[in-house]
Amino acid sequence: MKRLRAWIVRLAGLVPSARRERDHIDELNAHLQMHMEDNVRAGMSLGEARRDALTRLGGMESARQAYRDRATLPVFENLLKDLRFTARQLRRGPAFTATAILMIALGLCASVSIFAFVDAALLKPLPYRDPNRLVAVYEAVPMFEHSNLSYPDYLDWKKMNEVFSGFDAYGGRGYSLSTPSGVTPATGARVTDGFLKTLGVSPVLGRGFYPGEDLPSAPHTVLLSFAEWQQRYGGRADVIGKTVRLNEIPHVIIGVLPEDFHFAPVGAAQYWTTIHAASECDLRRSCHSLYGVARLRDGVSIETARANVVSIARQLERQYPADNRDQGASLLPLAEAIHGEVREILLVLLGGAVLLLAIAAVNVTGLLLVRSESRKREISVRIAMGASRARLLRQFAAEGVLLAAIGGAAGLGLAHWTVQILLKLIPSWLLDRMPFLMGLALNSRVLLFAGTVVLLAAALFSFTPAVHLFSAETREGLAEGSRGSAGNTWRRLGSKLVVVELATAIVLLVGAGLLGKSLYRLLQVDTGLRPDHLATLLVAAPEASYPKNEQGIALAREISEKVRALPGVESVAVTSDLPIHGWGDTTWVRILGRPWHGEHDEMPERDVSANYFSTIGAKLIRGRYFREGEDLTKPRVAIINEAYAKHYFPSEDPIGKQLSFLTTPPVPIEIVGIVADIKEGQVGSRNQPALYLPFDQAGGTSFNLAVRTAQAPEFLFPSLAAVIRRINPEILTAHEATMDSLISDSTYLPRSSAWLVGGFAAIALLLSIAGLYGVVAYSVSRRTREIGVRMALGANPGAVYRLILREAGWLTALGIAAGLLLSVGAGRFMQGMLYVGTRSWDAPTLAGVAIVLGACALLASFLPARRAALVNPVDALRAE
Amino acid sequence: MREQSNEKTDVWQGTLALMVLKTLEAMGPVHGYGIARRIEQTSGNLLSLNYGTLYPALLKLEQEGSITSEWGFSENNRKARFYKLTRSGRKQLEKASRDWRQATAILSRFLSPSEDGV
Repeated sequence: MKRLRAWIVRLAGLVPSARRERDHIDELNAHLQMHMEDNVRAGMSLGEARRDALTRLGGMESARQAYRDRATLPVFENLLKDLRFTARQLRRGPAFTATAILMIALGLCASVSIFAFVDAALLKPLPYRDPNRLVAVYEAVPMFEHSNLSYPDYLDWKKMNEVFSGFDAYGGRGYSLSTPSGVTPATGARVTDGFLKTLGVSPVLGRGFYPGEDLPSAPHTVLLSFAEWQQRYGGRADVIGKTVRLNEIPHVIIGVLPEDFHFAPVGAAQYWTTIHAASECDLRRSCHSLYGVARLRDGVSIETARANVVSIARQLERQYPADNRDQGASLLPLAEAIHGEVREILLVLLGGAVLLLAIAAVNVTGLLLVRSESRKREISVRIAMGASRARLLRQFAAEGVLLAAIGGAAGLGLAHWTVQILLKLIPSWLLDRMPFLMGLALNSRVLLFAGTVVLLAAALFSFTPAVHLFSAETREGLAEGSRGSAGNTWRRLGSKLVVVELATAIVLLVGAGLLGKSLYRLLQVDTGLRPDHLATLLVAAPEASYPKNEQGIALAREISEKVRALPGVESVAVTSDLPIHGWGDTTWVRILGRPWHGEHDEMPERDVSANYFSTIGAKLIRGRYFREGEDLTKPRVAIINEAYAKHYFPSEDPIGKQLSFLTTPPVPIEIVGIVADIKEGQVGSRNQPALYLPFDQAGGTSFNLAVRTAQAPEFLFPSLAAVIRRINPEILTAHEATMDSLISDSTYLPRSSAWLVGGFAAIALLLSIAGLYGVVAYSVSRRTREIGVRMALGANPGAVYRLILREAGWLTALGIAAGLLLSVGAGRFMQGMLYVGTRSWDAPTLAGVAIVLGACALLASFLPARRAALVNPVDALRAE
Repeated sequence: MREQSNEKTDVWQGTLALMVLKTLEAMGPVHGYGIARRIEQTSGNLLSLNYGTLYPALLKLEQEGSITSEWGFSENNRKARFYKLTRSGRKQLEKASRDWRQATAILSRFLSPSEDGV
C-alpha cells in the first residue's frame, strides 16, 4: 500500500516541475548554510567550513541527482527522454516518418479489418450453450451430401438414436404477415418443440415452446426475434399474449428471443413457430423439407454419432425401400455448417492481408536500416563519448516503439472505419445469411491481435538496425568512418529484405491473378438465358382461397394477363422456381421402357408456363416448347435439359421417350423437347440433369413471375405489386429482383474476394517495387565515386547501365523465383475458392505475374541506373 | 575522502528511515540538517551520515505518507524545510521499533556467552 502510494507519487513526478527543483535547491542551500555556521563556530575558516559542508553532502550535483532519482522513476524518465529525443529526430525527417507510419498503418489496417471478420465468423463462439457439442444433421443422397430430412424420418431418427441428448428439426419459411395495411412478407422458421432447449437458448421475454407444442392439435404460438420485436412492436412487454396472423392463421405471441441470438441456416428469421406437421409434405416420408440440429450426448464423439445415424438410415432404407432408397445420413459440426461457406474465403483474405503487413513491415525495416546507416557517424561519436551499448539500444528501441505505436494507432483508427465501410458494402441479403456478422466491431480479441502485431513490429524495427550497427563488421566500419565498407553491409542486408519483399509480392499477385482468372471464367459462364430486361417476383396466394390446383393455374393465368397489359411488358412467364436459386426442389423419375428396380434418379423439377423458355431467353436444342392450353386434359409432356439428355440418353434420341414419376401404375410423360442447360443453381455450380413440366399440368398457389420488359426492369416492380394486389389484396408478393442482380449476387463472394486480394496485391507490388528502387538508388548513391572512377577510366554509359541493372536484375530474378515457388504452394490453400478448371499452378497466371513484376522492377532500377550513367566523373571524384 | 574517521560506522541500509522517524518523534518538527545532527549526536558521534543520502530518504518517507514537510524558520531565523511525523508514520515507527527490539534481543542472546547456548 505504502509502496503503491510512493510509486504513484513518483509517477506523477515524471512531469517536470521547476518548483520542486527550486525547493530542493533552497533546502540544500539552507542545509549548507547551517552546516557552515556550525563549522565556523567549531573554529574552521570560512573556506574550510564550506568545503567540509559540501564534502559531507557528497557534492551538490550528486545530492541533487540522488534526490531527483527518488522524486521520479528513473527508468521511465530515461524512456521519456529517449522518446522525446526520438520524436524530435522523426520530426526532422518528415518524409521518412510519414512514409513509415503510412506503411505500418496500411498493413495493420488491412490485417486488423480482415481479422475482425475472421473473429466474428470463426473465433467468436456461437450464441448457444456449449456450441461445440452441437451438430447439424442431414440426410445424404447421391445428389447432395447434406440434404433435408423428412418429418417421418426425423421422428424415427429421434426415437432410434443413442447419441443425441437433444435432437430437433427446423425449416426456414416465408410468411405472409397480415398488418392493418395489408399482407406483407415476413421471414420465419418452423421448429420442433425442443429446438431452443437443444441449442440452450432461453427467450428474454415470455417463454419457449412447451413439449408437445409442435403437434397439429396444439394451438398456434410464435416467438419473435429481438429485432422484429423492437421494430414492429416497439419493444413493448405487453406483446406477450397478443395474436398475429401468419399465412392467415392466428398465432399467439409467447416470447421474444435474445438480442444476440441468431441461427444462420434460417437467415434473419423474424417469426419462430412450431412445426404443425399436418401438410401433405410433412406426412409423406419421401418429402424432405427439414433440417436437423442435435446436441451430442456427453462423451459421444461426432464419429460415433455419425455411425449411429448412418446405421439408422440404413435400417429405414430396408424398412421403407420405396421412400428411403439411397437416403443416407451425414453430420457436420454446427459451427462448420454455419461458417463453412465463408471460412476459406476469410482465411485466404487474412493470409493476403498478413502478407501485405509483412511487406509493409519489411519495407519500414529497410527504411530504418538506411537511416541507421546515415547515422553511423553520429553513433560512432556517441560510442566514443562513452554512450553505453544499452543506452544506444534503448534509443533504437524508442524509435521502433514510437513508429510502431503511431503507425499502429493510425492503423487501428483506419481499421475501425474500414470495418464499418466493409459492413455497409456487404449487401443485406448476404448479411441476412450471415447473422454472425452482426455487432462486428474491434472487440478485445481483435485489439489483442492488433497489439501483438504492433509489438512484433516494434521489436523488428528496434532490433534490426541495432543488431546491424553492432555487428562486428560494422564496428570496423565505424572506426574507419569510411563510406565504402559500411555501404556494402547495408547493401547485403537490404537486398535480402528486397528479395523477401519481391517474393511476398509475387505470392499476393499470383493469388490475385488466380482469383481474377477464376472470376473472369465465372463471369463468362453460360447461364443458358438472357438475363437483361428480366424482372422476377415471387407470388404467394393464400392456400385457403385457392385450394384446388385448377384455381392456382387460373390465378397464374389471370396475373400473367394483367401484367402483360402493363406498359413496356413484352412477355410474362410463370415458374415454380427461378434460375440461379439452387438445384434443389427435386423429384424422382424413371424412364419407361427400361428395366427399373426401384432406383431413385433424382433431379430438379421445374413447373413452367408455355412461354417460360422464350421469355427468359433459353435456347431450344430440339423438339418443341410447351403449348398454351397444354393442361391436364391433354397428354402429359416434359422438356429435359441437355445434361439430362447426355446423362440418360447418351446414344438415343430422347424426343418421344416416356418418363414417369415413381407411381404404380406409372403415368407416362412424353419428352417433347430438349433445352440448352439453364443454370438452376449458383453461377459457379455444375450443370445437372433437370426436368421441366407444364405449370398447367402441375399448379400451385406459390410461383414466380419472370417478366421481360422493354424498359429497365427495376421500374416495373411497383406496378407489378399493384396489379397483383388489385386482383386479391391477400396475395403476397416478395423477392423482387432483376435477373441481372440475381446473377451478380450469385458471384458476389468470389467477386469481392478477388477485388480485395487484387487490392492487396496492387499495394504489395507498389511497396516491393518502392523497396527495390530504394535499394538500387541507395547503392548508386554509395557507388558514385566508383562509377566516376570507372567512367574516368573509359567505361561508357552502357557499361554503367549494365553494372546497375545487373545488380537489380539479380535481386528481381531471385525474388521472382522464390515467389513463384512459394505461390504454387500457397495456391493450393485456395484451390477450393477457384472456379472449376482454374488450377493453382496456372502457368499463364504465373508467367503473367512474373512479367508484370519484372517490368516494374526494371523500371524501378532504370531510374537510378540512368542517374548513375549521367554521373560526371569529375564531380563524382571531387565529391569525396 | 568520505570516511572522516575509521572509528565511525556508516549508517546501515534501511535503518536510516527508522532513525529519522524516531528523531522526529522525539523532537517534533525539525529540518533536514537538524535531523542529521541529532542522529549523529544520539549515536554518540559514532555514526557518520552521508548527508546527501538523507534527503532522498526523507523524500521516500514523504512519498510513503509517513512524514510531511512545510517551510518554516529555523532558530537562527533561516528559511528551512521542516519535517513532521504523520499518524501513519507514528504507526510505522512503533512497528519498526518493535521489530528491531525483537531482532536485537534475539541476536544478543546468540552473541552473549551462556551455558544453555547452542
